[in-house]
Amino acid sequence: MTEKLKLVSHVDAINWNKIEDEKDVEVWNRLVNNFWLPEKIPLSNDIQSWNTLTPAEQKLTMRVFTGLTLLDTIQGTVGAVSLIPDAITPHEEAVYTNIAFMESVHAKSYSSIFSTLSNTKDIDEAFRWSTENVNLQKKAEIVMNYYRGDDPLKRKVASTLLESFLFYSGFYLPMYWSSHAKLTNTADLIRLIIRDEAVHGYYIGYKFQKGLEKETQERRDELKDYTYSLLYELYDNEAEYTQDLYDEVGLTEDVKKFLHYNANKALMNLGYEAIFPKDITDVNPAILSALSPNSDENHDFFSGSGSSYVIGKAVVTEDEDWDF
Amino acid sequence: MTELVYFSSASGNTHRFIEKLGRPASRIPLHGHVDGIRQDTLRADSPYVLVLPTYGGGLNNDAVPRQVKRFLNDENNRSLIRGVIGAGNTNFGQAFCLAGDIVAAKCKVPHLYKFEVFGTPDDVLAVDEGLDTFWTSL
Repeated sequence: MTEKLKLVSHVDAINWNKIEDEKDVEVWNRLVNNFWLPEKIPLSNDIQSWNTLTPAEQKLTMRVFTGLTLLDTIQGTVGAVSLIPDAITPHEEAVYTNIAFMESVHAKSYSSIFSTLSNTKDIDEAFRWSTENVNLQKKAEIVMNYYRGDDPLKRKVASTLLESFLFYSGFYLPMYWSSHAKLTNTADLIRLIIRDEAVHGYYIGYKFQKGLEKETQERRDELKDYTYSLLYELYDNEAEYTQDLYDEVGLTEDVKKFLHYNANKALMNLGYEAIFPKDITDVNPAILSALSPNSDENHDFFSGSGSSYVIGKAVVTEDEDWDF
Repeated sequence: MTELVYFSSASGNTHRFIEKLGRPASRIPLHGHVDGIRQDTLRADSPYVLVLPTYGGGLNNDAVPRQVKRFLNDENNRSLIRGVIGAGNTNFGQAFCLAGDIVAAKCKVPHLYKFEVFGTPDDVLAVDEGLDTFWTSL
């Protein structure tokens, strides 16, 4: 395929002392502070745990991780890079280069997991599966088509849905293992990836909304329709992909709730209302708790589920106490 | 005066939640300085619930936005806080709604509710009904 390489048409020296959008600095700093490398995670402590998984569970885990590797590879090599020419500020361009690099770190980190826990034969088999699974390839193809397309805002929608929705059929599994006290170091690594993707989805979604502000009402309506139909298209494919992976272990329905829950957040990152109601987004508490230890306790004081909390009595405090 | 005080960054997610809730609310100023002149922070004159986001992960002590610290450093403001509602994202792990936890602990008031991004319609309903009950229970 011959495609004309699109690059930024003009570049000035970037001046970080002159900021047009404070979000660029805030997100840059957050990404830099969150920086990590897989070598820092003691993955070899999971070898014993890995050996307690059945061959089918090991195969499932390997497949899930090659699927995630493919998405990270796309995002690092094409997705984040494709956003650079449409950036509104030079600092936004710089943030995308950071995102692109970090996606490559994520993609590489799965290989660290594989080489620590598995063997060449099984690794090769899992990568072969990733090239042959119809639904995984379709997911990649749908997103890649929008990255190749000529609508900058649609690229941001596709990118946000990838960051905030498409990863989660895969992220479910390490959270599931973690909630069963298995592969806990691997789960620590995945949580770092999840944290990064959350910042990426938030930022790209924010830039989408900034771009939307400049559009006509007609165009805004078009983009909203487009977003919901793309989400449904991806969702249908994601449901099939989930069945391919999880039917064998009986987790499909549990994973789907996690998909609904994350689809809602992906839409909100783009500024759109959530569509999945609470009776199909009630993610297994063990999974939520593996994701965030703060997610269950006192989540809803109003409904009484946080009943362990007692309202404190007023105490005289000094101003010095407020030096946070 | 208003029953809610909130902070929202330039992305406006918490602002959007407040709009959807439709209850009287005052926003803590985003910028401490305008055209180089230091602005007064908000001054509360009746009991309120503070709504504040935690964004981006990391467990540094920068979870509470400095504008919120400044608002709470005012003893009058601090004395009127009755509860906290946190906004965030579970994908930030241990940092999910961390700022809400910190303020709730410091002020010895309950962390009433946590929602993500700008809240689902279900969240808005739960908080609206919850606040009705909460204010009558004090």
